[in-house]
Amino acid sequence: MKFITSNFVRCAVKSCDGTEGSFPLNFQDCKLQLEEQEFNEEFIISMLERLDWSALVKVASQLGNNAIPPQKPSLDDINEVLLKDLHSLLLETQIIEGKMICDNCQHVYYIKDGIASFLLPPHLAK
Amino acid sequence: MSRPEQIAPPEIFYNDIESRKYTASSRVQHIQAKMTLRALDLLNLEEDKSHFLLDVGCGSGLSGEILTEEGHVWIGMDISADMLATAIDRDIDGDMFLADMGCGVPFRAGTFDAAISISAIQWLCNADTNTNEPKFRLARFFNTLYSSLRKGGKFVGQFYPANEDQTVQITSAAKVAGFQCGVVIDDPESRKNRKHYLVLQAGSSARPLNVDGMEVEKMNGKQVAAQKLTKVSKKRLKAMETKKEYIKRKKILNEKRGKEVRKDSKFTGRARKARF
Ligand SMILES: C[S@@+](CC[C@H](N)C(=O)[O-])C[C@H]1O[C@@H](n2cnc3c(N)ncnc32)[C@H](O)[C@@H]1O
Ligand SMILES: [Zn+2]
Repeated sequence: MKFITSNFVRCAVKSCDGTEGSFPLNFQDCKLQLEEQEFNEEFIISMLERLDWSALVKVASQLGNNAIPPQKPSLDDINEVLLKDLHSLLLETQIIEGKMICDNCQHVYYIKDGIASFLLPPHLAK
Repeated sequence: MSRPEQIAPPEIFYNDIESRKYTASSRVQHIQAKMTLRALDLLNLEEDKSHFLLDVGCGSGLSGEILTEEGHVWIGMDISADMLATAIDRDIDGDMFLADMGCGVPFRAGTFDAAISISAIQWLCNADTNTNEPKFRLARFFNTLYSSLRKGGKFVGQFYPANEDQTVQITSAAKVAGFQCGVVIDDPESRKNRKHYLVLQAGSSARPLNVDGMEVEKMNGKQVAAQKLTKVSKKRLKAMETKKEYIKRKKILNEKRGKEVRKDSKFTGRARKARF
């Protein structure tokens, strides 16, 4: 799973819809890998507005990166270095093993061999 | 030919062997690529701009790789682990995860610019296990799809309805979820080549769907035959290329990228090269 997805995916359980704890998920015991991707500056700029910065800071720190500025950079102070860092974080950082836990229902989602599973057991699937 | 939906649930039908067979077929590749380009044509996204898209029932990435080629960044979801494993083997660029669309599209509000689905949503009409209730699953899917899209967000989904009833089931569920909705039928006179595209828009958009000049609002859930076009868009044109042209174009593209296809099993050993 790419880091970017952590900024958008929420708990899949229906009773967690709209609850505060269902996003972002809490990441635990994660193994990371960097995989080179083509840099698309315009895409990163266009995503900036959509990013939930506090979720980004939180998840990055759960993954061991505490160097993210606490405030979202504004369009005025972005520069190439910053955009490349963001690109690397969002699109090149892969979570290949780990757990994601919902703060609301405590359900644990697993990431194995790079693929996250949001499949729900039958009792949660309704 | 019996329909896959009637043989087994999707995660069982698309097992390792079927996933590979499906993905390796140049006939399938060509058809899926054509339909994806047609879906993009209908979506009418701003040209020359990368969008953030969702591919529902992304499978082994035959639809998604067209999204990549067209410059988009996408997330895919699919219920079949073997289809996703095949996608990893093919070094597909989208971020894919396992999920059942009938349990909803698990993203926070306003995530995607648009979403597509190619040859998948008819599966929602199947009550293939005793816990599967199509009505609830369709409602859950469209409600969560709606909220996962940005305001004015659009969805185009090519699907294979088993009968008229299924089309009505699908469009009604989409309407109840709040979508402006219609179905475009390409090649309506050919039983074999006829293709259904569910077109949805979440409220008004500055760049509405391109339903051959018709407004989706006016479609009101109805089915319309695709118009014979006077002005053909680049994507539509590409979608009309022959299989031979397609294979040739793919070959050149793959060579350019220096792609190699790996052949290991399930997800193991599929981690791609690390930078350090
Ligand atoms: C014909 S394949 C199409 C795959 C891909 N879109 C393409 O164009 O090649 C249909 C896909 O839908 C997936 N599918 C079926 N039911 C699903 C569900 N409930 N949730 C998610 N994916 C599903 C299947 O696993 C399969 O990969
Ligand atoms: Zn939850």
